[in-house]
Amino acid sequence: MTKPPIYALLLSILMVAAPHAEHLPPWVSALCAALLLWRAYLTHSGNPLPRRWLLTVITIAGAGGILIEFHTLFGREAGVTLLILLTALKFMELRNVRDAMVLIYLACFIVITNFFYSQSIPTALYMLATLLLIVTTWVHLHGQSIAFKPRLLVAGTLLLQAIPLTLVLFVLFPRVQGPLWGLPQDAFATSGLDDKMSPGSLSRLSLSDEVAFRVVYNSQPPRRDQMYWRGPVLWNFDGRTWTPGRTMRTVAPQFADTAQPIDYSVTLEPHNKTWLFALDMPDRLSVAADLTYDFQILRKEPLKARLRYEARSHLVYHANLLESERQIQRALQLPPGLNPRAQELAQRWRAAAEAAPSPQPSPASGRGGNRPLMGTDETVVRAALAHFNRENFHYTLEPPPLPGSNSIDEFLFETRRGFCEHYAGSFVVLMRAAHIPARVVTGYQGGEYNDIGGYYIVRQSDAHAWAEVWLSGQGWVRIDPTAAIAPARVERNLAAALPDTAALPFMARSAPQWLRDLRLNWDAVSNRWNQWVLGYNSELQFAFLSRLGMEDVTWQKLALNMTFVLGLVIAAFALFMLRHLIKRQPDKVQTTWLKVCRKLAKAGLPRAAHEGALDYAERVAAARPGLAGDIRDLASRYNSLRYGVERDELSLRAFCKAVRAFHP
Amino acid sequence: MLAALRLRFNTWLFRPKIDSGTVVLTQRRIFILPTRQGLALAFLLVLMLLGDINYNLSLGYVLTFLLAMMAVMSMLHAFRNLAHLEIRAGRADAVFCGETARFMLHFRNPGAMPRYQLVLRHENGGTVAFDAPARQDNEVAFPLLATQRGWLAPGRLTLYTEFPLGLFHAWSYLHFDMRCLVYPRPADEATLPSGDAPDGAGKRSVVGDDDFAGLRGYVAGDALPRIAWKAYARERGLQVKQFAMQVGEELWLDFAAAPEPDIEGKLAHMTRWVLDAEAQGLRYGLKLPNGELPPGDGQPHRDECLRRLALFGLDETR
Repeated sequence: MTKPPIYALLLSILMVAAPHAEHLPPWVSALCAALLLWRAYLTHSGNPLPRRWLLTVITIAGAGGILIEFHTLFGREAGVTLLILLTALKFMELRNVRDAMVLIYLACFIVITNFFYSQSIPTALYMLATLLLIVTTWVHLHGQSIAFKPRLLVAGTLLLQAIPLTLVLFVLFPRVQGPLWGLPQDAFATSGLDDKMSPGSLSRLSLSDEVAFRVVYNSQPPRRDQMYWRGPVLWNFDGRTWTPGRTMRTVAPQFADTAQPIDYSVTLEPHNKTWLFALDMPDRLSVAADLTYDFQILRKEPLKARLRYEARSHLVYHANLLESERQIQRALQLPPGLNPRAQELAQRWRAAAEAAPSPQPSPASGRGGNRPLMGTDETVVRAALAHFNRENFHYTLEPPPLPGSNSIDEFLFETRRGFCEHYAGSFVVLMRAAHIPARVVTGYQGGEYNDIGGYYIVRQSDAHAWAEVWLSGQGWVRIDPTAAIAPARVERNLAAALPDTAALPFMARSAPQWLRDLRLNWDAVSNRWNQWVLGYNSELQFAFLSRLGMEDVTWQKLALNMTFVLGLVIAAFALFMLRHLIKRQPDKVQTTWLKVCRKLAKAGLPRAAHEGALDYAERVAAARPGLAGDIRDLASRYNSLRYGVERDELSLRAFCKAVRAFHP
Repeated sequence: MLAALRLRFNTWLFRPKIDSGTVVLTQRRIFILPTRQGLALAFLLVLMLLGDINYNLSLGYVLTFLLAMMAVMSMLHAFRNLAHLEIRAGRADAVFCGETARFMLHFRNPGAMPRYQLVLRHENGGTVAFDAPARQDNEVAFPLLATQRGWLAPGRLTLYTEFPLGLFHAWSYLHFDMRCLVYPRPADEATLPSGDAPDGAGKRSVVGDDDFAGLRGYVAGDALPRIAWKAYARERGLQVKQFAMQVGEELWLDFAAAPEPDIEGKLAHMTRWVLDAEAQGLRYGLKLPNGELPPGDGQPHRDECLRRLALFGLDETR
């Protein structure tokens, strides 16, 4: 092996492995970088490669380290780490072209592992560039005498020719819906809503710019303050953390008096959880999932791939007007003995409400409510919301920690600074203390409209938590205490509700308009990429091909079509390449001389088929003495150019010029 | 039975036939099969595809398809690297036994694309790699060790290429009617027999080794002990010590007079005689059991003598 292909291989591996540095254990990254550097030094200095026993020691130590780090050598994370480490080690025994080919194949494999973590457009472009480098190196291995430029040309040609064929395969290759075997649990470690809520969990999420899902409304979109995307419902409280408890999938919920239907389709990013998001309250869904008794939509399996579904929700409803005693009891449970001040406050409200006469129906004071509240329970709810609104509560992303066991008391009476999870949690505790069934609902609220793509983007920063109370005669009613403190959060967005100094995701606040446009444009492109490239599965394939006019798509038909189209394209390439191969360069001298003959033929002196140039010239000279000098000169020039030993460009050009000037 | 069928199949497929003139590598002459690396890639691609399906990796599909299609296209490229190449057998200068014969082959690439990494391979495993630039003729010397006097024919050569990715082995068989004359290996040292004066005058003994007459340039076949190493050390190039001998003498180099008992030994001895006699500017003739060659001198005469010696006892046409 000469030096240049080794350097090219080192660079290739560096490029494919670099994006992994983000999630590899730092010591693995450092070890691999050190190995590559060592190899580069050995190549540069011409020193011999390390001995086998040393490599064995490093390999065993590395594998041991990975085993300690991940507790396994298999699975996605550990597997990728091991693959990269072994690749770097393979360099230390790179001696011949065969070893180099192993490294090329490993590089291709590492490219694929990158797609576990990101399949965005920039990743795709970066990997394409890397692939070009890999293929150029590959060509280098089999043609070490070739200079860089022709090598790049060969590699680029191969890659460019493969692209249309790849497109055909991508569209027509019969898709099988995975997974074929079980996915490891760590296959998708994405951030997103959890099924637990404790102080700080949602505010952390609010710093993430990642897209949770995108929504297209097929009818008139609802008002912003109605866009409550329902996620996990949390029933149980242990004093600090809210958890869902046992969900009942088998009992169907009951909706009554529904109105204002909204049809929409959601493209949900994979979040490795079972729930789907829908507006309050969903009643129809295009994919198989359960609507639970507490109005969650749950799938059987965690969501591993981007999913698109159509849904219908009603913005006006009465949900579970008749609630079972068990559910009511669940919705009243509080950790005994905790938060005495909150309990006392709630009971004071309750007493006050019972003492006062029942007020007249009035528009809901809570923004989240969808019916006017009446009766004692309603009075207590309003008292609580008014309390949040009146007292000196602050809406902030950086609430002070609540270390004590009476976290609700600390928040309500001391710090009074919190994010939505603080307000929703303490509101539900207050309600339960006042003997009103209540629970926490988490999900997303709002979204950003992308007018380029005509859809709404809901990001992780739109994560939200609110409360639901059960009122007799009204069923479960949504109450959003955050709306009482920071109405802007619900009516506009998070940035509007926070003071200017709060840390927010990049561009969430007041980026210049062009930057916002750019961002929306980019998201529209990404969305299309997600829908059509990344989301291209068997379903979409069937739909797409039916639209193209293929009737009842079967995989046999697909395979047949694929083979046919591929064959056609390859044949076209073959024809083009081979035609190019035997196409002879027309002889410039010959064609120019033929011009002379044509000119003379027009003048009545055509060349006889058997005549050579000089004979012809003599005959012309005899017939037209005025042309004698010119034609003899041209004929002799032609002879020396065509049959002479060397042909130089200058005399050829002079000959052409003389022919142009020749007018018989 | 099976072997016979196989032979017939191979005969039909590869058409073993000796070519003369220019051979154009048409489609019929080019064969192509995946290499071991190609099969390894196919295996890797199947693994990748399973991974893509399992993990729903759309871009994984794209990469897998891209690699597969590049491999397919590389087959076309490998084929194109050979297709329509024009090959003509060139000369092969005579060599002495033990030297390396160089068979010249002329490759003409008529197309506009350069061809890279063409390899000529002999059945004995020897290879020569070369590139053929676009629209150019180039001459490639294929070396073959001459181990036996007489005619040396390279037999069937394989021209193959694995460019650009090493995934496919495209090859063609070249069997030209080319041959190279191999002279017998000259004996290390042999004292020339005494010259015969044409008029029958008394014989004179051959001039001894100590009658140093000067230096001349080295010619292939000169004995090592005669090389003037001191002159070589003074960087005057390879020169050979010449020893005095009367000019104008006629010398008969007689097969029977060679001291060795066996034929090859005698031929080696005579070869040395011819070289020495020519080097000393003598007129010499050959006397062989199958006829004699009248005395003469000069390069053509020397070559004719060596040719007689090379082919002595062999079928000349072979």
